[in-house]
Amino acid sequence: MSVMKELTKGLFKENPTFRIVLGMCPTLAVTTLAANGLGMGLSTTAVLVGSNLMISLLRKVIPDKIRIPAYIIIIATFVTMVDMLLNAYQPDLHSQLGIFIPLIVVNCIILGRAEAFASKNPVLSSVADGLGMGLGFTLSLTILGSLRELVANGTLFGVNILGAGYEPFKVFGSPPGAFIALGLLMALVNGLAQKYGWE
Amino acid sequence: MTSILTIVFGAIFINNFVLSRFLGICPFLGVSKKVETSLGMGMAVTFVMGMASLVTWLLEYYVLFRFDLQYLRTIVFILVIAALVQFVELVIRKVSPTLYQALGIFLPLITTNCAVLGVALLNVQLEYNLLESVVFGVAAALGFTLALVIMAGIRERLELVFIPKAMRGVPIALIIAGILSIAFMGFQGMM
Repeated sequence: MSVMKELTKGLFKENPTFRIVLGMCPTLAVTTLAANGLGMGLSTTAVLVGSNLMISLLRKVIPDKIRIPAYIIIIATFVTMVDMLLNAYQPDLHSQLGIFIPLIVVNCIILGRAEAFASKNPVLSSVADGLGMGLGFTLSLTILGSLRELVANGTLFGVNILGAGYEPFKVFGSPPGAFIALGLLMALVNGLAQKYGWE
Repeated sequence: MTSILTIVFGAIFINNFVLSRFLGICPFLGVSKKVETSLGMGMAVTFVMGMASLVTWLLEYYVLFRFDLQYLRTIVFILVIAALVQFVELVIRKVSPTLYQALGIFLPLITTNCAVLGVALLNVQLEYNLLESVVFGVAAALGFTLALVIMAGIRERLELVFIPKAMRGVPIALIIAGILSIAFMGFQGMM
């Protein structure tokens, strides 16, 4: 039962983007298109599940004093693997995400979950925690990416939604639009949380 | 000489690290509440980013490139940066206690600042030489400092005005950052 709880808390209650405000750089940078947001979210999820699994398995072996460098090496290894796999099988996505793939290493969500959860909990719940947090991150990135793509291009995952007559609102595809769209979305989530008492 | 000037101007204004490349957003949102602490953070980041550009450039071309180990780049760079931050902290504490007092609390935070790893990776991607890399690192950090200080100045005044409850904190900061980013877009016409 508790595994289920670890899995679902990342989606809404402790959503890493909207509720805890972690991992802002990739969130803002890659969400120009819905597909990029989804790709970034899934890459991060893969790293998060892998690192949580390894760290949880090694939690009794890693000495307390050098735990942070040890975690960073484990995370960086998984990031390198994801980087190479994307380069081999999804070269388009790889070039779109650019330096933000290696930068998954410094995504605070991953080190944060390692330190706060995987280092203290058994393997199964750590993997569930990683998967839940990763999917929560993916969900927020996909929502933000869809919103920006829809407003900036009138498309969703490359499919035209708003018709040929739609006048694109290009600023939402550029950096200022990222800040403003995320600010408005976050305000909406905060407002809903206050109204329905999710605190 | 002109290319160096272009790099400096480009890194500070046109492709500002925070407002256009989205690197270093966490400290930008977290530490930008007071002008004074923003300046301290900016100084610490400038120092570390200059050093990191130098060290990672040497590693990239004299170790990774020579032994064909580029696939280890991410791991090597993040470890070097983490070690460098620790080292800088030790040296500053020993050499200048006054500077340590000013920068000390910000230094541990810098390891997870993606601007530092970002600048190291961008130096490789843009194929800068040693001088250009260090100049780019320092200039990018100055751009980061500029954005941080402007933001802190605005947020200090924001304390005094009414903001709807749902917008308080991060949402309003993001919207201000968006407006700042539009202002910085104006520099793009200059190149």
